[in-house]
Amino acid sequence: MNAAGFPLLSLLTFLPLAGAAIILFVRGEEAVVARNARWTALWTSLLVFFLSLILWVKFDTSSAGFQFEEKLSWLPEFGVGYHMGVDGISVLFVLLSTALTPLCILASWEAIETRVREYMVAFLILETMMVGMFAALDFIIFYVFFEAVLIPMFLIIGVWGGPRRVYAAFKFFLYTLLGSVLMLLAILYLWYNAGTTDIPELFEYQVPRAAQTWIFFAFLASFAVKVPMWPVHTWLPDAHVEAPTAGSVILAGVLLKMGAYGFLRFSLPLLPEASVQFAPLIFVLSVVAVVYTSLVALAQEDMKKLIAYSSVAHMGIVTIGIFTINAQGLSGALFTMLAHGVVSGALFLCVGVLYDRVHSRDILRYGGVAKIMPSYAMVFMLFTMASVGLPGTANFVGEFLVIVGAWRINPWVAFGGALGMVLGAAYMLYLYRRVIFGKLTKPDLRALLDLSPREYAVFAPLILLALWMGVYPQPFLDFFEASVAALVQRHEAAMSVSRLAGM
Amino acid sequence: MFVGAIFFPLLGACISGFLGRWIGDKAAQWSTVICMVLAAICGSLAFGQVALSGHPVTVEIVTWMDVGGLEFAWALRYDTLAAVMVAMVTFISTLIHLYSVGYMSHDETPSRFFAYLSLFTFMMLMLVTADNLAQLFFGWEGVGLASYLLIGYWYDRESANRAAMKAFIVNRVGDVSFMLGVALTFYVFGSIEFDTIFAAVPQHLEDRFGGIPALELIGVLLFIGACGKSAQLGLHTWLPDAMEGPTPVSALIHAATMVTAGVFLVCRMSPVFEYAPTALAVVTVVGASTALFAATIGCVQNDIKRVIAYSTCSQLGYMFFAAGVGAYQVAMFHLFTHAFFKALLFLGAGSVIHAMSDEQDIRKMGGIWSKIPITYAVMWIGNLALAGIPFFAGYYSKDAILEAAFASHSGVGMYAFLCGMIAAFLTAFYSWRLLILTFHGAPRADHHTMEHVHESPAVMLIPLLLLAVGAVLTGYIFAPLFIGEHEHGFWHGAILNAEHNHILHAMHEVPAWVPLAPTVMGIGGIALAYVFYMLAPGIPGRLATAFRGLYLFLLNKWYFDELYDAIFVRPARRLAMVFWKTGDAQIIDGMPNGAASLAVGVARGAVRIQTGRVANYAFAMIIGLVVFVSLFLIGR
Repeated sequence: MNAAGFPLLSLLTFLPLAGAAIILFVRGEEAVVARNARWTALWTSLLVFFLSLILWVKFDTSSAGFQFEEKLSWLPEFGVGYHMGVDGISVLFVLLSTALTPLCILASWEAIETRVREYMVAFLILETMMVGMFAALDFIIFYVFFEAVLIPMFLIIGVWGGPRRVYAAFKFFLYTLLGSVLMLLAILYLWYNAGTTDIPELFEYQVPRAAQTWIFFAFLASFAVKVPMWPVHTWLPDAHVEAPTAGSVILAGVLLKMGAYGFLRFSLPLLPEASVQFAPLIFVLSVVAVVYTSLVALAQEDMKKLIAYSSVAHMGIVTIGIFTINAQGLSGALFTMLAHGVVSGALFLCVGVLYDRVHSRDILRYGGVAKIMPSYAMVFMLFTMASVGLPGTANFVGEFLVIVGAWRINPWVAFGGALGMVLGAAYMLYLYRRVIFGKLTKPDLRALLDLSPREYAVFAPLILLALWMGVYPQPFLDFFEASVAALVQRHEAAMSVSRLAGM
Repeated sequence: MFVGAIFFPLLGACISGFLGRWIGDKAAQWSTVICMVLAAICGSLAFGQVALSGHPVTVEIVTWMDVGGLEFAWALRYDTLAAVMVAMVTFISTLIHLYSVGYMSHDETPSRFFAYLSLFTFMMLMLVTADNLAQLFFGWEGVGLASYLLIGYWYDRESANRAAMKAFIVNRVGDVSFMLGVALTFYVFGSIEFDTIFAAVPQHLEDRFGGIPALELIGVLLFIGACGKSAQLGLHTWLPDAMEGPTPVSALIHAATMVTAGVFLVCRMSPVFEYAPTALAVVTVVGASTALFAATIGCVQNDIKRVIAYSTCSQLGYMFFAAGVGAYQVAMFHLFTHAFFKALLFLGAGSVIHAMSDEQDIRKMGGIWSKIPITYAVMWIGNLALAGIPFFAGYYSKDAILEAAFASHSGVGMYAFLCGMIAAFLTAFYSWRLLILTFHGAPRADHHTMEHVHESPAVMLIPLLLLAVGAVLTGYIFAPLFIGEHEHGFWHGAILNAEHNHILHAMHEVPAWVPLAPTVMGIGGIALAYVFYMLAPGIPGRLATAFRGLYLFLLNKWYFDELYDAIFVRPARRLAMVFWKTGDAQIIDGMPNGAASLAVGVARGAVRIQTGRVANYAFAMIIGLVVFVSLFLIGR
């Protein structure tokens, strides 16, 4: 049936739910329940992660098609089915989700003290939704997962978040929901006209030119909020600031990728002409995002907010890459998404380390931390440099490819994207200088402890990934090479057809 | 051997950086020194094989990226150009490691310092042995990182942190241009590997990009990148501030190696620049202007390291205009000799600072020459070489540069020649000003400091003496190879001079007064400094009062920092606040917050009906779905 010999993707998707169910049935004293919940969640997520490694090993990188496919008929008369599968574009995001979840659970080990059971349940459900979203090959299934991701995240922010968590949770929820409603409308239109919601089948359907425009904007409304693109980005800083550390990691690491993934999966292949027509709009919004949010990041006094704004800037690079619609741009966008998942996730963890100790995210509250936490300072420096896009770290590969790709479309776009290099260096180094460097004058900081073994365990895989992806990115690039090439080819074919039709 | 020269320093950096806490500072220091010695041996052997026997090698390691036709690898490209740099960098870096053992002996965390130093060396070596632009950029940014760490080494000093950040960010401005240059190179050539590019240049002579000849644009973009790293006019502001780092750092990074990366880049890309005359003219003008500009500032600075820093800036200008008139070999030669005497000057200055209990202001020195005779002697040698006094290293290379500029017979060439001549005079002047103020006259330091003035330990003096030997001999020994009769066999095609470029011959056929002129200028400068600071020490003060405006203008470095602060830094900050407080918080959030508060109100209402939020949400979704489906179906 597929390369794994068993329904791997469904297993990856629903195994966390099973873990969540087990945790729910644990009864007893609160401390016991908490411990059990932690361990069960960790083991479940680790199991899922190791299972997902089968994808890494068995995925055929030479093929552009969907692999590990599973198909069940569900509502055949409506053309809606349960269809799972991954191609080069989605497979690594499944892996990213399954890799970050255990790290997040580990990172919440001591930080979460209340309602531990419910927290772990929410996290496992979140994993189900994320994996399901990236693996779904039916538009309805995709939509369900795409929307349902919001629920556990909403709860994680709203229940375990900071003081303004309710405001942040609602803002997060309403922003992202509003956009999605329009997407649903577009899905209904497609289903009505194409008679199916199966994604590979939909690829065969040519959307009429006139309809492409409004569908494009319907998708844009949904995806742009998720990315988030300027000017619908303001939910993100608030959500990040209030979310618990692990929530921020998943939010930055995986959830932000959903919008960009949507563009890649739906907007480009289904709406080639509209994508070309409105690419300049996306470029403008993206360049504005890079410059504007980088500047805003420079003014922040809250560590998490700063990194949140930097995420918006990095996602600006991603959207530039996507709409260049050439091999370098697309590969660069995909790679930046992965790299950003690792690096900004790690940066939020870095902030979490200090927050767990001092309970403040205020930059001015710190200073001179390098003196007492040298290992931490080194880890933080590494990820700072990765975020800045230093060659040899993950982000560089993505940014470099995007800039090379963008130059082929329009040098000014490339220039706008490259400006992020300067501004990014400015805000990250400014952050680092104020937190890590300087004189140690705050008396209570003197008592801080350096990284604990658990924290090392959380950071070690991320450090390895960030460097591996920077120095030897080819294994990752191989994954999406065939799919990206197919996507570009499809796009060019579609454009030439429409050009002929226009003559 | 080829791999060892590059990776031994990395090994040293890892040992010292990661294991330093367990093996102790002494072991960490010496392990980096040993690694550097091994690297230097490998580097010299490689130099022998590649440059002297003429066997270029490329060691391919592994593919880095391969995306839709954009393909390049991690590889070590050893041609003469790279081999010269590898040998020079490993040799000087080894001496500086050794020197640092003495200089940093009172420091708290020497293992961190040595790890940075070795990391820097590794990155520099990656830069010079790159066989494609991306790897070159890796080294380029890597040395930027290492210099950021080293400048900010004493991170509890606010000024050091500022300087480190400034260095990184100013460099990044150049890097943006570099990156765009790489993107354009790929656009034009379909590759960023040197061999492919160089082979394809003749087919792309006529290519245009946006109406501009593509090769010219590549040249200018890459050169702006080079300006950042090599501190040329406009992007030079980071270099003087970078003197906040420990002195060996200044010697290694800001004199001998990193800052010359830009010159190296131009020479490396000579096959492209040869066909980009306008870009070369830009290089010449910027280089010449920097040479003069930095020299004028050097004349009035009072911090011993800053004087030398501006001198570096000025000498880099010389190298650039040499490359700009097409004499890349001469530029490389000056780069090579300069590395020795400038490292010597910085380390000598370090020795002085060490002796003076960390005093850096030359106005508070004086009268110490008899107490630190060896340092005094090597400083003399360094300054003689710098001023281009005959038979010292700088004489061969600087004279050649000025001859080449004269021989180019172009307008920009003459401009460069004039700037270079005046700068040569000023160079000699500020060098002797420094020498006299530091070592001669009545002691101006307080009694306590003077009692402690002492000669440095042997571990610091040995590198000084070796560098002094280099500062005397490298010019004489290597001139025939780099720019003389053996030039062709030595470079072995690593640098391209196009058919229309005869500068290397023409520079030997200039009128007889041209080779003499720099020496005369140099001696004139020395004489003036002698008059001003030995014979009639009242003159400089009176001049400063008489031309107060000019003096302040120079003292404040032509007000570049203030200018940039006013047009970039402060507006950026203000804009940041406007975007954040007004753009984000009021305009963008204003609308949704209204809607949000409305929605929250509605949700509150719904909560009263429903039991919990999740159910409420599901309910709302279903309702919404129903409404939209019905609207949609009705609408059709």
